[in-house]
Amino acid sequence: MIYRESGDYSTTYAQDSQTFPIRFDRYRFYAVVFVAYCIIPFIINDYWASAIFVPFLIYAIAAIGLNILTGFCGQVSLGTGGFMAVGGYSVYKLMTSFPDVNIAIHVLLAGLITAGVGILFGLPSLRIKGFYLAVATLAAQFFLVWLFNRVPWFYNYSASGMINSPERTIFGYIVTGPSTEAWAKYLICLVFLTLCAVLARNMTRGTLGRKWMAIRDMDIAAEIIGVDPLKAKLSAFAISSFFIGIAGALFFAVYLGAAEAGDSFGITKSFLVLFMIIIGGLGSIFGSFAGAAFMVLMPVLLKNVLVGQLGWATDLAAHLEFVIVGALIIIFLIMEPHGLAQLWRLAKEKLRLWPFPH
Amino acid sequence: MKDTIDSYVTADGRTIGGVMMEMKNITLRFGGVVAIKDISFDIREGEIRAIIGPNGAGKSSMLNVISGFYHPQEGEVWFRGERRPTMKPHNVARQGIARTFQNIALFNGMSVLDNVMTGRLTQMKTGIIAQSLWYGRAQKEEFQNREIVEKIIDFLEIQHIRKTPVGRLPYGLKKRVELARALAAEPKLLLLDEPMAGMNVEEKEDMSRFILDANDEFGTTIALIEHDMGVVMDLSDRVVVMDYGKKIGDGTPEEVRNNQAVIDAYLGVAHD
Ligand SMILES: Nc1ncnc2c1ncn2[C@@H]1O[C@H](COP(=O)(O)OP(=O)(O)OP(=O)(O)O)[C@@H](O)[C@H]1O
Ligand SMILES: [Mg+2]
Repeated sequence: MIYRESGDYSTTYAQDSQTFPIRFDRYRFYAVVFVAYCIIPFIINDYWASAIFVPFLIYAIAAIGLNILTGFCGQVSLGTGGFMAVGGYSVYKLMTSFPDVNIAIHVLLAGLITAGVGILFGLPSLRIKGFYLAVATLAAQFFLVWLFNRVPWFYNYSASGMINSPERTIFGYIVTGPSTEAWAKYLICLVFLTLCAVLARNMTRGTLGRKWMAIRDMDIAAEIIGVDPLKAKLSAFAISSFFIGIAGALFFAVYLGAAEAGDSFGITKSFLVLFMIIIGGLGSIFGSFAGAAFMVLMPVLLKNVLVGQLGWATDLAAHLEFVIVGALIIIFLIMEPHGLAQLWRLAKEKLRLWPFPH
Repeated sequence: MKDTIDSYVTADGRTIGGVMMEMKNITLRFGGVVAIKDISFDIREGEIRAIIGPNGAGKSSMLNVISGFYHPQEGEVWFRGERRPTMKPHNVARQGIARTFQNIALFNGMSVLDNVMTGRLTQMKTGIIAQSLWYGRAQKEEFQNREIVEKIIDFLEIQHIRKTPVGRLPYGLKKRVELARALAAEPKLLLLDEPMAGMNVEEKEDMSRFILDANDEFGTTIALIEHDMGVVMDLSDRVVVMDYGKKIGDGTPEEVRNNQAVIDAYLGVAHD
């Protein structure tokens, strides 16, 4: 038996409410953190950073954000791209207006600004639900992209209409702009992801998380136990948008370097992040990671195997990707709404009993 | 008449206090339908008050008025000596009124433990910042409330299903978890809408015992709707009888049982 739960008894509430109550899981988690912080930064190169690690880290932040709103609080949103745009354009305006302030503070402020915008667009959720709310957030998506394209103040009246990330440093190391090194891009995103994941985990493990889930599962009963639906929904919109804003800020400033609202933060981004949480697992922080990893890795893998090894045409491989994602979405929505996270739990349960299935 | 004195002691030795909740001339209409028609009654501190009546009499509507889901067109609600303004359900909850529903209303995606923990929400005060840091105030508050919740879970004998998602539980246990969630709030007034509907004899006995014990041990005032007359006679101190939105009887189980209007309503004597 490699994987065991027996022998680990919770004798206090603290042990019982741990993130990883099983010792084996805890050690594996420490191992992952160690590799992420102490090994990868030293071996990462430009290809791995820009093709896999940096997008994965940033999308994981966005997925955590959307999962709080949709997975935990039950409010469907198709506005993720628009909220990422708010983060991206906020950080751009902050970076260019206050060049002396540290970029990390700008990223956090961009998150806060996005949280404010999120609250504003969350207001309709007090009246409308489900499909109609999804349509309202879709309207937010289009409105925000239109706004950033239309009002030149947002892109500092640049002739191209694009925003370009200026060079900024943390502890003397360049973290934004064209001459940023791979490890620096990776590390700044990793630090923000760690921060967001810890905050999200803490907020979902206690009172706030239970309020959100109560609203998600049955809003009438939630009210009767004293949940103010207004506060619960708006706090979910605010916190979700905070994370998505941070993701948008990093996406522009660290990953893309140059962005244009429609291209970089269009409706496809909204769907991409939504697919991540559906495939990864609604209402699970771990699922947000799994979904982001899956959606970032799969196209790269398909491209390498099908185009690189088997010599398929690029567009054919891209089409196959759509087919696979579409099929998976349907399968997960119908058969396993808790996504990869649940499959992982089930696999662990099987493994725990192995090799004696009874 | 008992209404004129401040408190009295029941036959089984429990002390019933003064008036806790008073409904004055409540009228509730849905379009043309009059669900409640000019009804007044009170609930005293520490008592078990039953509301009975045939289907569609307006019993659930009355509980919904008390818990703030329905707002009556006429009448006043008085709680602990003050007239209550029109209030949203979540504010009613904060005043110390908890309830269960006729059709179970649990949070199916959450475990039994989490469901019962939600009952403590009105008591948990840490803000978003403290919660996002977790260690410190949020954790301390969580554990303090967890302790209370574990006592309720022991009390209702549902320790073994603590970690089970409620969606997987059988009907009888769901009803019990819903009672646990309501009790976890340590309410001053507990409203139970048909807590024993659809249960077998054994389950009903368990549930009756829990209701009596809750009233006895925690001193919770209880208003309950129930169709099973045997249960009503056993549990309640006083009974309100409703029929077609009107109050047709009010008194001890004994008095109500001998009330001619009540007998007629239950035997289906034609209405004029
Ligand atoms: N939300 C509503 N909208 C319209 N009519 C309603 C509503 N709620 C209740 N009613 C009506 O009010 C009347 C009383 O209903 P209520 O549910 O209070 O009865 P009840 O005494 O609880 O019956 P039961 O024993 O079947 O639960 C019924 O005629 C019902 O149709
Ligand atoms: Mg009813």
